[in-house]
Amino acid sequence: MRSDKPWLPLEETQLERIGAQLGVFELGDVWGRVLYIGAADARSLFGLRGELERRIGSAARFRFEVNTAYKTRQQELLMVHFAENGRYPELNTELETRGLGRLS
Amino acid sequence: MQLKMTEEQSLIVSMVRRFVHEEILPLELSLDPDADEIPAEDFERLTAKTKSMGLFGMDIPPEFGGPDIDLVTRTLLAIEMAQHRAGLYVPCYGVFGGAGLAQLFEATEDQKERYLYPTLAGEKKGFFGLSEPSGGSDPARAIQTTAIQDGDDWIINGGKLWISGADRADYGLVFARTAPDRGRGGVTCFIVDTDTPGFHVRRIVHTLRSARYATELQFEDMRIPSANILGELNKGFAIASDRLTRQRIPYAAGCIGVAIKAHAMALKYVPQRETFGAPLSSRQAIQWMLVDNEIDIRQATWITLEAAAKADRGEPFRKEAAMAKLVATEAGGRVVDRCMQMFGGFGVAKDFPFERWFREMRIRRIGEGPSEVQRHIIAREILGASLR
Repeated sequence: MRSDKPWLPLEETQLERIGAQLGVFELGDVWGRVLYIGAADARSLFGLRGELERRIGSAARFRFEVNTAYKTRQQELLMVHFAENGRYPELNTELETRGLGRLS
Repeated sequence: MQLKMTEEQSLIVSMVRRFVHEEILPLELSLDPDADEIPAEDFERLTAKTKSMGLFGMDIPPEFGGPDIDLVTRTLLAIEMAQHRAGLYVPCYGVFGGAGLAQLFEATEDQKERYLYPTLAGEKKGFFGLSEPSGGSDPARAIQTTAIQDGDDWIINGGKLWISGADRADYGLVFARTAPDRGRGGVTCFIVDTDTPGFHVRRIVHTLRSARYATELQFEDMRIPSANILGELNKGFAIASDRLTRQRIPYAAGCIGVAIKAHAMALKYVPQRETFGAPLSSRQAIQWMLVDNEIDIRQATWITLEAAAKADRGEPFRKEAAMAKLVATEAGGRVVDRCMQMFGGFGVAKDFPFERWFREMRIRRIGEGPSEVQRHIIAREILGASLR
């Protein structure tokens, strides 16, 4: 299942309203292309807000889901992206996508 | 009758216990609390160690290169290997190796060449495709996936649910109905390559086990050659049933291992933690929880070891395996729950492993046949024909 959350500008003022929960997020460009799929895991000091704050400037927009199953949800989003586009988002590293399964 | 480990068992158990303490627990501190993998370089380093210990691939029969370990010793080791955060589902993060799909040891030589040996060499991965949306506990009736013969091939249509690892697998064992209206006598096991046209991993299914997902599979006119039938036509139920029975013993052992670890942590914590001017350990409410933990762990351990001992002696052990699975999964859940209670807020925080154990242990009462099915199996065994 792909994310259907609304895109928001990746700016400080937007992030102030986001909690420090665990979850997943996507970074995108102004055309709605997904550039990166990440997770705020239990090691993130300030959860989603912290993970997004340190990525300001790397993308135009973001969207997020609060989700305690952040690990499997991130894997699912990456796999769905691959199934639809034939490749992973360009900012995800090989380490983040190594060993992922395939949907068809 | 001996209720004591042999000297050799003692030595091996101590060795694995040290391995968990010195290699796994420190490594786990740097991982996400829901991690089920370790970095590749650590995996290779630790796998080399388990090989040098002579314990790699302990579920592989000796004739296929595994160490010759009886099921009682294997159970004792499984109890040790589970004593860390990820230990319930990924004991020692897999560095002791696995057997792959044990049913393949009974495969034809051609099937072994194509699937078993590459799996043992780490070149191929498989999945076990039994459960369907219509149920998993009663495969004889619940299997609706069909296989219809077409010349020397079979055309498979249907789907599977709750299947682990199918999206990463090269092949899988798929159970399909080959003779309608023949119940358990009409099910056949096929070895299916995941690149076969018509094989689809349709979606991921998220569960309480947040480290790993299940998948839903769909088969559309999937053409499988007769050479890929595992065992005999219409005899697939025996393959599935044998696997489910054997699996119950290590499944129980993992729950006992986690319960022992949780209980040990509680025993260390309650003398230190003070409430109203006295340590928690001085409170009768806490003492009784610890006593109940001790009894739960002891009961589950002996019942599980008895099942393993019967299997080692070559005696029927279906009833004992069902008891082990039933008692250990329920006892494990109670122990983890009590430990969470004693740890208070820390018990539910991701800083400690209890919340992960609590979620994963809950699945254990359902996976590999729920508690109610185990009771049904035990009732059938003790009542025999009078039940029917």
